[in-house]
Amino acid sequence: MRFIFKTSYLQDIRLVRHGGQVFWYGLLVVCLLGAPWIVTEYWLAQLTFVLIYAVVGLGLMLLSGFTGLFSLGHAAFLGVGAYTEAYLVAAGVPFPIAIAGAALLAAATGVVVGLPALRVKGIYLAIATLAFNFIVVEVFARWESVTGGNAGKHVQAPRLFGWSADSDVSFYFVCLVATVVATLAILNLLRAPTGRAFVAIRDSEVSAQSLGIHLARYKTLSFAISAALAGVGGALYAHKLKFISPDQFDILQSIDLVLMIVIGGIGSIHGAFLGAIFLITMPQVIALAKDGLPAVIGQAPGLQGAVYGLVLIGFVLFEPLGLYGRWLKLRTYLQVFPFYRRGMFKRQKSFLKSDRLK
Amino acid sequence: MLQALQIVISGIAQGCIYGLIALGLVLIYKTTETVSFAHGELMMLGAFAGFAFMTLLGLPFWLAFVATVVVLGLFGVALERIVIRPILGQPAFSLVMLTIGVGYAARGIVTMIPGIGTETHTLPVPYKDQTWNVGGLVLNVEQMVVITATAILSAALYAMFKYTRVGVAMQAASQNQLAAYYMGIPVRRLNGLVWGLAAAVAAIAGLLLAPITFVYANMGFIGLKAMPAAVVGGFGSLPGAIVGGIAIGVVEALSGFYLPEGFKDVAPYVVVLVMLVVRPNGLFGEPLRKKV
Repeated sequence: MRFIFKTSYLQDIRLVRHGGQVFWYGLLVVCLLGAPWIVTEYWLAQLTFVLIYAVVGLGLMLLSGFTGLFSLGHAAFLGVGAYTEAYLVAAGVPFPIAIAGAALLAAATGVVVGLPALRVKGIYLAIATLAFNFIVVEVFARWESVTGGNAGKHVQAPRLFGWSADSDVSFYFVCLVATVVATLAILNLLRAPTGRAFVAIRDSEVSAQSLGIHLARYKTLSFAISAALAGVGGALYAHKLKFISPDQFDILQSIDLVLMIVIGGIGSIHGAFLGAIFLITMPQVIALAKDGLPAVIGQAPGLQGAVYGLVLIGFVLFEPLGLYGRWLKLRTYLQVFPFYRRGMFKRQKSFLKSDRLK
Repeated sequence: MLQALQIVISGIAQGCIYGLIALGLVLIYKTTETVSFAHGELMMLGAFAGFAFMTLLGLPFWLAFVATVVVLGLFGVALERIVIRPILGQPAFSLVMLTIGVGYAARGIVTMIPGIGTETHTLPVPYKDQTWNVGGLVLNVEQMVVITATAILSAALYAMFKYTRVGVAMQAASQNQLAAYYMGIPVRRLNGLVWGLAAAVAAIAGLLLAPITFVYANMGFIGLKAMPAAVVGGFGSLPGAIVGGIAIGVVEALSGFYLPEGFKDVAPYVVVLVMLVVRPNGLFGEPLRKKV
């Protein structure tokens, strides 16, 4: 059991709580830096995807997990980022400027979607973002001069001053840098007044408002930041796949993204990463398990969807805090061994909270 | 002119389907404040159940119809009991994710049925491929059946909510759950019943839609178009759901005919976005605001 004695107020907002965290996260960074020489090419590609999805997941986590706003249309921002990047890179714009452009345009789109969000709450917002996603995908499919329509669009490798990140390893490092920067930015944001305001809005809009938080401004800001991160993720995604088409950004992708943060653990930064790992490794696990199953089940086309659905149901029912919550329980169990009690993380009984009057 | 009328009629028929699914959504929303993203999948299950009863078991149409509605109704009750009830009171987000999970699972499992799940089937209904000629209009009987059935079903539901004890109890529970509970209304049992009712309505929608399109595992995606219908009608208003559905259906049909290609698919979503900006409470919804 670790006791942290706080001797200054700054300790409350330090990014690392104690020496153990420095050690473990340092080890993680070293492992990630060395990954290209440790793992095979295939798993490096998977790891790159995990990093990309984690960036998108961070954005969605900020919006849904920390500001309490639904979005069932995040794939639209992903798509805006991807197509902007593809267009700018094809026009010869250097990579950092192109990715900033992708983030900015996605953020601008996010603000546009955020505007109706100021008037509608909860489930209406989910439906508004869902509707927006359908419209954006249709725009991608029809605006052929820019997006290449349903035939798709090829994406060139990122270039900067003659150097080109065209190999898997160099692109992996590009993604790693982007992920680390995004994570630190979000962590920093969450300990700043802006992040605190987001959390206050999530917990109660009425009390946040009475504390002087400008709801409209902060909700729009949250949408903008979230969409910008999704845009960055989209840009990396486009480079990684080297080919984008409208159906990669449809509603199923949006649902996958939400599934990712829910399974990872909503309301925690770790959750975005754990969710991304889950989302990327799950198809592999299913593919491995297929061989062990009878052909009737193993070769059936709907297996992946069924497993996703059942896993999602299982998590919502039995582990609402997601993978991160499960890890917290395990850690507490080990820390206080043998004094762990089953009720330590028990859900509080609550009456049906009405969303209509929030 | 005649052509426009023809398009409007087919739009109304399509809209009735949206309306019926939206009706289920609204029923569920009013009682448990859950927006079910699995409702399209319930409709798909209904269509498949109907297909199974008619083709595989060889039941006559009416018997298969009744059996399908009963089976899906029971399925709805069971669904509420097993997965929805344990997490009632959790944030709405969990419930939405849960229903998305149910939808995924239902679609996946149906697809996994060997030889049936991946195919598209036609539902052998007695009124298949017939048309009436009324004064120059060519009316598709399947569409007429949809409109008539929706009208009858709406009237029956209206009567139920207005005149029966169960209906009044459901209304009371949807207005204020706690107060209804204090008045001795078995709120929990009613919740189960409402899910059953909503699933039964979805099954009817599936059976009505199946002759027009086909029976296939992904037909549940139409449920995503019922959401705009429910929003346009004002989430929480039963007549609004039907009106909203018809409005969405007509707009979709007209934009498919008069606007360039591509507008047909997004028309419902454009309508719902405009509606949310202009009048977030929908056509029939009442504005509510929390007071401290």
